[in-house]
Amino acid sequence: MSVLTENTVTPAKPLAHHINWVKLAPWLYTIGLFVLWELLVIVLQTPPTILPAPSRVFQAIVQYWSPIWKNSLQTLYTTTVGFAIAVVAGLAIGLFIGWSKAIYAGLYPLMIGFNAIPKVALVPILVIWFGIGAVPAILTAFLISFFPIVVNVATGLATIEPETEDVLRALGAKKLDIMLKVGIPRSMPYFFGSLKVAITLAFVGSVVSETVASNYGLGNMMSSAQSQFNVPLVFAGLLMLAVEGIAMYALMAWIEMRMTGWAHRSSMSQ
Amino acid sequence: MPHLVTIDNVDMRYGGVAGTLAVSGLTMKVGKGEFAAVVGPSGCGKSTLMKLVTGLHIPQSGVVIVADKQVTKPVSIVGMAFQNPTMLPWRTTLDNILLPLEIVERHRHRLRANKREYVEKAEHLLETVGLKGFGSKFPWQLSGGMQQRANLCRALIHEPELLMLDEPFGALDAFTREELWCVIRDLHAAQGVTIILVTHDLREATFLADRIFVMSARPGKVLKEHTVPFARPRDLEVMYEKAFNDMVHELHGEIASARVVA
Repeated sequence: MSVLTENTVTPAKPLAHHINWVKLAPWLYTIGLFVLWELLVIVLQTPPTILPAPSRVFQAIVQYWSPIWKNSLQTLYTTTVGFAIAVVAGLAIGLFIGWSKAIYAGLYPLMIGFNAIPKVALVPILVIWFGIGAVPAILTAFLISFFPIVVNVATGLATIEPETEDVLRALGAKKLDIMLKVGIPRSMPYFFGSLKVAITLAFVGSVVSETVASNYGLGNMMSSAQSQFNVPLVFAGLLMLAVEGIAMYALMAWIEMRMTGWAHRSSMSQ
Repeated sequence: MPHLVTIDNVDMRYGGVAGTLAVSGLTMKVGKGEFAAVVGPSGCGKSTLMKLVTGLHIPQSGVVIVADKQVTKPVSIVGMAFQNPTMLPWRTTLDNILLPLEIVERHRHRLRANKREYVEKAEHLLETVGLKGFGSKFPWQLSGGMQQRANLCRALIHEPELLMLDEPFGALDAFTREELWCVIRDLHAAQGVTIILVTHDLREATFLADRIFVMSARPGKVLKEHTVPFARPRDLEVMYEKAFNDMVHELHGEIASARVVA
């Protein structure tokens, strides 16, 4: 696809120079993917119950707009609430862990062990405790997304340059001074960077929980569509998830740029 | 001349009783206002010396006395500068220089009310090291040499009586290094601060110092003490005189033999 466009514009060189290909590339590649997908379905003649063409998926989005819209909002809600809890808890636990070498050494293996547990295995337990619905979805989103935040914040604190610490300690700085003046500002790029990873994981958590144990949300909508062999609707749900995921990721990336521009020195110095 | 720093028969061992002995029987005295340089083979405990004098490490035996007080905790009358400038990238150069004032007990409570006065002082220091007008720049917008100049300002902002320099010019090119030698020389002459410079560069030590301590390989102690005879103020030209080269040569020989013994 991209090769094709390049070939057609090569003779009209001045025009090609006016177009910002880097800015345009994400859109071109996305359109390219859909076109490729559509062609694949046409050539292989796959039935819509196996792999629906994108045109069929878009048709399903229009057809089922009301439930899709409602369930998308529900999933966005459980995800963002779970993510927000993860941000607060992750920041707090990360600062706590990064505070001292002993706490770091003691809690780190526990955290890794906890993170290794597949969160889908926790959903039944959450259902026993809280019943089905939004609460298990929120908690699953929280549980799956808080780990990268904790690790990144703790790493930012634990990797203060020893010289910086020496300079400040020689002046009589207390642990709290060093944390406030150096540790916390220093860990902020790590923290904001981790939000991009965490938000996408939060979607995974909430949708997994909604699929298993909820009557609302895109996860639930997709699992009931699947049981009725309404595969285009399943794909419509996936597409909505992708759109929400990209939107939230872009928001996090924007926040990161705004908050810690100093850490992106090459782009700022231009 | 009264002594600002006295190190008397100090042993410092890392990592418990069976750990490595970094310095052993270390004894040296540095007078008030003096410029001392410490040279020696690598791993001779020069960094340990830095930490002992600043109170970051407390020796297992022997005493360290700074400004008539035995060192038992970090002494806030020192300024430190390392080879790595360690400027905080989220602060402007000026805010980086003001950082020690936010820490040192006698300044931190006055800082907010007297900000103007302190900023003026920082700007004056920047001017002295040739960085006038660069205060609002971020450290990563400065070259390595400029960052090191700013680093010196940060080490001096709280008017320390003692300046500890740990190979501050090691990572710079030869011309920038000579420029900064002159900056340090002039600062020392103008402010009367006592300086202990830890370095590998024998020409640097000879050019700047009043006295040079040659340390042995680990466990480090002072092998020999030289008084540098060249009159101040010294010009960079002094480095091309025969007496200067003879002294560097002699130091070189002493360190080479200290390495062989190790």
